[in-house]
Amino acid sequence: MRTLSWVLGAVILVAVVCWLAVYPPPLDLGPEAHYAAFVTSAFYILLLAGVLCLFRVLRGPTSADRLVALDIFGVLIVGCCALFAMGTGQSWYIDIGITWALMSFIGALALAKYLEGRPLDD
Amino acid sequence: MIDFVHVVGMVFIGGGVAFDLFGCLGLVRLPDVYNRLQAATKCVTLGTCSVLLGTCLIVGPSGGGWRALLCILFVVLTAPVSAHAIARGAHRAGIRLWEGSVSDAYSEDRDALNAKQQARNDNAPATPQTETRT
Repeated sequence: MRTLSWVLGAVILVAVVCWLAVYPPPLDLGPEAHYAAFVTSAFYILLLAGVLCLFRVLRGPTSADRLVALDIFGVLIVGCCALFAMGTGQSWYIDIGITWALMSFIGALALAKYLEGRPLDD
Repeated sequence: MIDFVHVVGMVFIGGGVAFDLFGCLGLVRLPDVYNRLQAATKCVTLGTCSVLLGTCLIVGPSGGGWRALLCILFVVLTAPVSAHAIARGAHRAGIRLWEGSVSDAYSEDRDALNAKQQARNDNAPATPQTETRT
């Protein structure tokens, strides 16, 4: 089962990297095209940080490690949404970021209470 | 044409991305749940807030800029609360500290509180008896 999860994660990571190499993110479509290379490199660095978080999710010895890594991964996705909003010039990406921040907050609270061993309606 | 506000925004975004990367490096390298939580939460919260502030400076005072400020407010309010809840849950679930840790103040406080409640429960049956006698 553990080997299956490792193989599944590796397949998903390789698929994402190949997809990004074939179709690069459309960050140079806006009218402000002079910082497109900067935004693209920042997006790739955030993607590397997300890969480190996914490594901790796969490797974590306890369930609290996985929970911490998922919480951090949600905050990283908010930063990615801000970069997309700036690069493409379309401001509705920031709405996705706000919604993702609140949803990951609620999910982290519920999972922390479940980890503590109390029922969810306490 | 690049003006001054765009340069300041790019500096904010570069610093924020560096904070994110080093926070996630701490998430991988540190030995314990609590150390990882401490490193990753503070670094990644500051980095994401810096990225959002740079986005607000570059986009300008339009709808996207104000919503970026609102997103900063939400991230600052929610990330420490969820980190505190995760740390409390992990400690109550019995996950041990790293063997090189020197202090565990939360378990000391809980032990003191449990001793105080135990003493109160021991003294509790004495007082109703005196009340019934009077």
